[in-house]
Amino acid sequence: MKILSKCYMGVIFFLLYIPIIVLIVFSFNDAGSLSEFTKPSLVWYEELFRDEEALSSLVNSLIIAVSSSLIATVIGTFGALGLHRMKSRYIKGSVNALTNIPMMNPDIVTGVSMMLLFVAVGTFLKTRQLFGFGTMLIAHVTFNLPYVILSVMPRFKQLDKSLSEAAQDLGCTPSKAFFKAELPEIIPGIVSGLMLGFTMSLDDFVISHFVSSPNFQTLPLYVYNQTAHDVKFSMYALCAMIVFIITVILLVVNFAGSFGSRKSRAIRR
Amino acid sequence: MKLRSFLSLLTALVLLLSTVAGLTSCNTDSSESITLYVYNWGEYMSDGSEGTLDANKAFEDWYFENYGVKVKVNYSTYSSNESMYAKISSGSVNYDVIVPSDYMIERMIGEDLLAPLNYDNIDNIGNIAPEFYGEDAKYDYYDPGNVYSVPYMYGMIGIIYNTSVVPENEEDLGSWSLMWDEEYKGNILQFNNSRDAFGTAQYYLQVDVNSEDEADWRAALDKLKEQKKVVQGYVMDEIYNKMENGSAAIAAYYAGDYLTMYEENEDLEFYYPEEGTNLYVDAMCVPKSSQNKEIAERYINFMLTEEVAVANAEYTYYASPNTLVRENQEYIDYLGEIKEDAYEKIYDTDSVRTSSYQNLKDDKLVLLNGLWEELKSDIEISTGIYVICGVIIATLAGFGIFFAVRKRLREVK
Amino acid sequence: MKQRSLFQKIAAAPHILWAIMFIAAPMLFVLYFAFTDADGNFSFSNITSLSQYGNVFILSIAFALIATVVCLLIGYPLAYFMAKQKPRTQKILMVMIMLPMWCNLLIRTYALMALLDNGGLLNSLLEQLGVGRVPIVGTYFGVILGMVYDFLPYMVLPIFTAMTKLDKRYIEASYDLGCNGWQTITRIIMPLTASGVISGVTMVFVPSISTFYISQKLGAGKIDLVGDTIERLFQNVSTYNVGAAMSLVMMVLILISIFVMNRFSDDRTTAPVRGGLK
Repeated sequence: MKILSKCYMGVIFFLLYIPIIVLIVFSFNDAGSLSEFTKPSLVWYEELFRDEEALSSLVNSLIIAVSSSLIATVIGTFGALGLHRMKSRYIKGSVNALTNIPMMNPDIVTGVSMMLLFVAVGTFLKTRQLFGFGTMLIAHVTFNLPYVILSVMPRFKQLDKSLSEAAQDLGCTPSKAFFKAELPEIIPGIVSGLMLGFTMSLDDFVISHFVSSPNFQTLPLYVYNQTAHDVKFSMYALCAMIVFIITVILLVVNFAGSFGSRKSRAIRR
Repeated sequence: MKLRSFLSLLTALVLLLSTVAGLTSCNTDSSESITLYVYNWGEYMSDGSEGTLDANKAFEDWYFENYGVKVKVNYSTYSSNESMYAKISSGSVNYDVIVPSDYMIERMIGEDLLAPLNYDNIDNIGNIAPEFYGEDAKYDYYDPGNVYSVPYMYGMIGIIYNTSVVPENEEDLGSWSLMWDEEYKGNILQFNNSRDAFGTAQYYLQVDVNSEDEADWRAALDKLKEQKKVVQGYVMDEIYNKMENGSAAIAAYYAGDYLTMYEENEDLEFYYPEEGTNLYVDAMCVPKSSQNKEIAERYINFMLTEEVAVANAEYTYYASPNTLVRENQEYIDYLGEIKEDAYEKIYDTDSVRTSSYQNLKDDKLVLLNGLWEELKSDIEISTGIYVICGVIIATLAGFGIFFAVRKRLREVK
Repeated sequence: MKQRSLFQKIAAAPHILWAIMFIAAPMLFVLYFAFTDADGNFSFSNITSLSQYGNVFILSIAFALIATVVCLLIGYPLAYFMAKQKPRTQKILMVMIMLPMWCNLLIRTYALMALLDNGGLLNSLLEQLGVGRVPIVGTYFGVILGMVYDFLPYMVLPIFTAMTKLDKRYIEASYDLGCNGWQTITRIIMPLTASGVISGVTMVFVPSISTFYISQKLGAGKIDLVGDTIERLFQNVSTYNVGAAMSLVMMVLILISIFVMNRFSDDRTTAPVRGGLK
């Protein structure tokens, strides 16, 4: 039984990894072909670092991911605080339901709905250049929000009520009590929300696809355009590098820190 | 301790923020120069890869040298006229230079989306061959007098086939019927854009590609539905990979692209179908919404200079309307090295029966759109799928009932 | 409880405002576009015109259903075996399951297509072995395979997490009470990991039913699913309305299936959460 289970795991993992392994191996293929391997070389890696479009879209991706996750974290943390303290269960429930919509909906519907909003606003304002960085930022903040709330809310629920009261007894104003006594307690939740939002936003293709303009491209959009033509092998090189970096990060995080992995944590909830 | 970790986190955040700020300010620094937005077909301009000329970079340098103004070209690409049109007409983005095909130019002129060009800024227009520009022009049907457009490339659609799959004595060779041949089921690729796909069926049926008669379009749809059973898929530029590595054996595509594929796979052959085929001209235009019309016109002018035009023609293998290119011996030799008859294949338009797409009237556009949807959503679901789903749903329902009954029984106990 | 400060009262305001502006309003626009014609007049014509897409809907649901079940059948034993390993091995395996999720879905799918295409590595290998080509790209099988390959980690992870959270004493108790291995699995482990299964199923089903990239690449543009159709309809201004109607119908379909699924499980508290993309 033990051997059988090992074999089963081996086979599944093997199948799961074949495309990625092939991709990494062939990213070193001098010929730039997926059908025959001529000789190992790093030409595609050099090509990648010369490809300005790819590099600028990578920078764009990082800008969007950092700014959207930060904004979503700030709005979401205060949102979670306010919701936690809110007395009306009715409002609380409906805001929660509303916030969860982007998480329940398929990405394509979220993307389409945002696009329709921007189209309508654009027609109303009669501007011709609405789509771009701004629309993409709004969309990314929107789909990051539920994940931030999801990570922060449980921390508020675990919070000891007497903490804030004690701080206020000792002469803090309520807002000061929040910043001094409560905020440090919920920081792990904030950090995990931030990281989660960052990775979600870095990885998003579908929603960006609908709210972007060709003037402001993120990496997944660039890859999509590439795969519509003849994919340059520098893309495989890029993917190989991403896989390598992520492996290192995941291993470090999993074995060095007690943080656990962010993505799985979200799923666990 | 708590406070310290909080502080360290805060500094980390500030650092992150400042990097972002730095990055964005970097961007604003470079945007002090003027940005020229160019929207072109994918793989349609020499981009500096593999030692070719980087046309956009060359333009930036050239412009700075001649006019002392820093211009940054923002270059993006599309894969069909229709998707380009959607972006422009929805008004969501501004472009300065676009390169639509003939029928789309006609449509955009009709909808007042293009700006008339000021030829004072385009003095290289004289390089364009007389068939394409001037009083005797034969191919300015889409924009008489070239008020709005300067020809960039032109070409014809033909059929590419793999000689290792299709034998020499195949009867269908030379005709569109090859694309309907059931013998090659699963090996045929069709265009993934409505106009070209319907075009193939219309040429095969020998009906007018610009027909006013709805019945003609319906007949073409029936032909395409019939073809759907034998095609492997509807693709655009994925065709390169599929034809080069032998994933598919027969496809209709643009002549210039055939040469690109031939370079990778010498088994590929090419012909223009005897029933007639499409001749198209792609031309550079400036949208009305352009903010930098003058620079856009100089960009167009720059594309007409010999060095750049040759680089583009050598990069795309499309036929160039530029006389300096056609008469450039180095270019002619270059084509000859790829394939002996390459030059004739792409330039000899007279020996091929051709016609061109014209802009369709609104009702026909709606019709074409609807028919295309009908073709794409025409799916036959095999009974196997129904059976599998039936089994799954039955099993799930079985489980549900089983648990519900068990729960009931327990409650009764 | 002490007096709540103004700060705490308005803390949620930006969030609520944002949610109304960018979550509720877009949904209203979907509704608006779905029930108006191009001139902005109220009409049902968009909804009724969806009838021509009947088969597209059926096929999408069928594919998503099959992909989900296949993922469950493969993923459940995998998660079970993973959870039986030593903690250190578990961590490595967990990283290995997550790694493909971090590699961009587009590149992964494209690599899969390049591998399976008629002229790809797999088929050239088969040809050399004398088996001959097996067409996969452009067939139903190819598209379902792509879904399973792309979304399997989303099934495994939540189930695996539920398994590791399982109190080992239950299992010991069931053995003590005379259950054999199989009975322990069906009577103890399966019911106690149902919440993981539910969220796994949601996380595979929802992206499968709405995908367009997988069907575009592995279906070679020939097999159109709901996602493809919506994507195409939104490329053309004149078909936004039909596209909105189609999105609306898909949304309702998914809400219904999530509702039904939650009914299935006794544990009402397990909110189906998708952590992933597409």
